[in-house]
Amino acid sequence: MKKKLIDKLSTAIFFLCALVSILSVLLICIFLFAGGVPAMGKIGFFDFLFGQVWKPSDLPALYGILPMIVGSLYVTAGAILIGVPIGILTAIFMSHFCQKGIHKFLKPLVELLAGIPSIVYGFFGLMVLVPLIRDQFGGNGNSILTASILLGIMILPTVISISEAALRAVPDMYYEGALALGATHERSVFSVVLPAAKSGVFASIVLGIGRAIGETMAVIMVAGNQARMPVDLLKGVRTLTANIVIEMGYAQGLHREALIATGVVLFVFILLLNISFHLLSNRKQVKG
Amino acid sequence: MKRTSINQISLNSRIKTYLRNPFSLLMLLAVTLAVLITVVVLVYIVGYILVKGVPYLTPSLFEFVYTSTNVSLFPSIITTLFMVAISLVIAAPIGIFCAIYLVEYAKRGNRFVKYVRITTETLSGIPSIVYGLFGLLFFVMALNMGTSIIAGCLTLSIMILPLIIRTTEEALKSVPDTFREGSYGLGATRLRTVFMVILPSAVPGILAGIILSIGRIVGETAALIYTAGTIAQIPTSLGDSARTLSIHMYSLSRESLHTSEAYATAVVLLIVVLIINFFANVIANKFKRGKL
Repeated sequence: MKKKLIDKLSTAIFFLCALVSILSVLLICIFLFAGGVPAMGKIGFFDFLFGQVWKPSDLPALYGILPMIVGSLYVTAGAILIGVPIGILTAIFMSHFCQKGIHKFLKPLVELLAGIPSIVYGFFGLMVLVPLIRDQFGGNGNSILTASILLGIMILPTVISISEAALRAVPDMYYEGALALGATHERSVFSVVLPAAKSGVFASIVLGIGRAIGETMAVIMVAGNQARMPVDLLKGVRTLTANIVIEMGYAQGLHREALIATGVVLFVFILLLNISFHLLSNRKQVKG
Repeated sequence: MKRTSINQISLNSRIKTYLRNPFSLLMLLAVTLAVLITVVVLVYIVGYILVKGVPYLTPSLFEFVYTSTNVSLFPSIITTLFMVAISLVIAAPIGIFCAIYLVEYAKRGNRFVKYVRITTETLSGIPSIVYGLFGLLFFVMALNMGTSIIAGCLTLSIMILPLIIRTTEEALKSVPDTFREGSYGLGATRLRTVFMVILPSAVPGILAGIILSIGRIVGETAALIYTAGTIAQIPTSLGDSARTLSIHMYSLSRESLHTSEAYATAVVLLIVVLIINFFANVIANKFKRGKL
């Protein structure tokens, strides 16, 4: 009797703990949407999403977050352009071009790259990249370009580790078959193995985009944060994440709600990315 | 082990092959270049911070009380330790129990399990600033905790939950089924089997996950600014606001007066991360060897 009770009780406890993550996602959705959606209503959905001017202190205040959306997209696109090629090529090197000894040395390096706190990246960007860009290209250094380079570095570990896993999951016979047909090592890897690992590699890019678009502290320190439509690569820009952190400290009333609504937009972006990541990695399972 | 001579190509013929196949040569160069960039960037970042920061690690930085003259990072070290401990106390049991349920208790193809997996994946993709916003709206305001250590820790707990669940799940799955069968065969109950047989052999994997979560907590900034606050003091209760090392660094680097102290804080953060990664690796390697 007692044994049965204990068994039931423990099962219930384990079940409740498993519920926590579902509950957390629900709570996050409820509180974010409840906090942010009314503001979208008050400002006007289209005025909010596509308004080109963000001036919360003006009378009447203007809450258009298009500059931040475009800013986030520009910076993320830049990061992808810089980080993805380097990341995928590094993953190819790690999976097919190096001996065990070198791999043993590279793997912890990539993990370390993933472990460095974003604030340290930001500080590094502020101290090294900003002056570098300022001296090389002009402007004041806080720019889309700087943020893109920094984010490109930050998404490297994500792209590398997931692409590498995908490349390693390709059966050896693909590679061997290509070799047997007379292809060189490089051609076998690039024309046979890489296409076979396509969905995993795309999944790594999607995760990289997620990391870049959600990154906050590092971007704030190098992007300049001017809330206006981005003009060129060497001018400053403000991202969605930066908008929240910078103004949340003193915002009141509708301004505060508009910032929460900014968070909602970011959250929806991330949800869409998650769904596409899910679709991509599911397709891999079907194929494998 | 000796290599068979069939695979061995002399350097000369290798060069010839590359000259005949410019594509191959190009790709080889591209791949090598990419690795060099990755390695150089990492070494440069770590090296730069260490070289610039270590000289600034003066004793006055580790004084017990923060003042605007000594800019001590000691209070934030203590706060960081507190936050790590409390967040783990909250998140580790929940995450481990959740994984136990998913691996040991739930039936295969259970719809509930699918929902837990999807939500866990969703949680792991949410940016930290969104966690920060949620913590502010829910813990700080709706639950009326105010800007406090406890609000920060609860926010962080949700954030590290997916990491703990995922690593524990993998660790549990890698425990061979013979262990379970043996335990049941000896007449142990399911609960006893989980706690006496399965969990002990999954400890290294779980530990590696927990160490990685410590790394995430230590490096977190955006989720904490509006939940745990930025006051530089040693917290005396869970209701106090205090800043962790990362927030300390953020505050310092925003005021351009304290660049040297920011360098020093970066060094401390980097060293913590290096130690954490080292131990996670050691444990993970032990785990792998134990499996073989």
